[in-house]
Amino acid sequence: MIPARPVSPAGWLAAVLLLCLPLLAGCGFNTIPTLEEQAKASWSEVLNQYQRRADLIPNLVETVKGYARQERETLEAVVEARARATQPQIQLSPDMLDDPAAFDAFQESQADLTGALSRLIAVAENYPDLKSNQNFLALQAQLEGTENRIAVARRDYIRAVQAYNTSLKTLPSMLWARFWFTDNRPYQTFSIAQDRMEVPQVNFGTGSGG
Amino acid sequence: MIETRVPAAAFVVLAMLLAFGAFAAELPALTGRVVDRADLIDAATEAEITSRLEAFEERSSDQIVVATIPSLDGEAIEPYANRLFRAWGLGQAGEDNGVLLLVARDDRRMRIEVGYGLEGHLTDLHSKLIIENTMVPAFRAGNFGEGISNAVDDIILVLSGDGAELEARAQRNRQDDGVPLPVVIFIIVWCLLFFGAFTFAFGAQIFGRKLAPNRYKWLGVEVTYGSADGSSSSHDSASSGWSSGSSGGFSGGGGSSGGGGASGSW
Repeated sequence: MIPARPVSPAGWLAAVLLLCLPLLAGCGFNTIPTLEEQAKASWSEVLNQYQRRADLIPNLVETVKGYARQERETLEAVVEARARATQPQIQLSPDMLDDPAAFDAFQESQADLTGALSRLIAVAENYPDLKSNQNFLALQAQLEGTENRIAVARRDYIRAVQAYNTSLKTLPSMLWARFWFTDNRPYQTFSIAQDRMEVPQVNFGTGSGG
Repeated sequence: MIETRVPAAAFVVLAMLLAFGAFAAELPALTGRVVDRADLIDAATEAEITSRLEAFEERSSDQIVVATIPSLDGEAIEPYANRLFRAWGLGQAGEDNGVLLLVARDDRRMRIEVGYGLEGHLTDLHSKLIIENTMVPAFRAGNFGEGISNAVDDIILVLSGDGAELEARAQRNRQDDGVPLPVVIFIIVWCLLFFGAFTFAFGAQIFGRKLAPNRYKWLGVEVTYGSADGSSSSHDSASSGWSSGSSGGFSGGGGSSGGGGASGSW
């Protein structure tokens, strides 16, 4: 019906390229952004759970203070570690995950807090009145749950980062990283040493190993 | 270049899937709402718990599963429970309203693992109290079946506590029980192709214009008869693949857990 106007070679080329566009998804163009977003989302969950732990601490410290005022050093260590771990400049936004120094600083501050907390819980074992206090029991159950959620969130993050970093180094998505996503760098992840250091905190408090 | 590498990548993915499959093989299979691998629950109690859990899922769409295993083989109970929960996919997909009650006999450990969607209702403290007050005393007395049965009662009681929310949750997931849209589209397309082929097979002969012996033209399409053997066999394979999906019995709804709940020991 429409009078046939000869299509220019450039027009043909554009049409062919347009038709090929969906095929890009088939050869790995989407892989890197997808995995990157997944890793960022997993990191948000890690931050979320660390924040949850930080929110529990003031209450815990107040409760312990009521029974074990003489444990000032341990209590202060927890308060200080919490202050360090929650200061704004140490909070790692998902955009900074490829910065090794920032990641180490974050990891270290959280590990310090974990250590101070497990010392506090260990000290609390010496005060029978505190141990049977309902408020303390509730906080302890919440803290245990949060520590476990942190462990799960960290595992999920490690897995997501592994997939993302692999996509930057393996074919075919590596080609896209080379020529298109040139700003994408591998993300940092929790080192095994830190992981080992935190193993005791997952089990603490449950009947004191008895 | 890219084309030649794609099979290699596919092979790596396949190998990884197989590796994960082998990794998950040590987890017990989800054979029902009560998976009693450690033989801690007698048959009567098991049947009774199963029927109660079934009735509760009917009412709320929440999936509660009891599992007992002989040993954790050195793993901590928390990661194991999380792995098992996710492998079984307890709770409805998107709602994540599953609960796993896990008992490891030889390790003398138990855990209530709560799905994302129920963390606000069955809190860590609730789980801890159920373990310490209901399960531990009964387990110490050797009454495993009774302890588990009462713990299940407590879990149902806590989850039923907010009646309005329970009703809303059940409502939300009942709507999802209908046939999902992709399946509907698939069936429509399949029917169009299947019956369209039949229509042409017979319609062209009846309504079409004859061009030559066994050659007809109908609706602008030329149909040749006598060489249609190849296409009929593919329909058989398609239909057999379709029916294999429904095996019956209980299965997880695709929910996940982020490590909520509590653990204890006796």
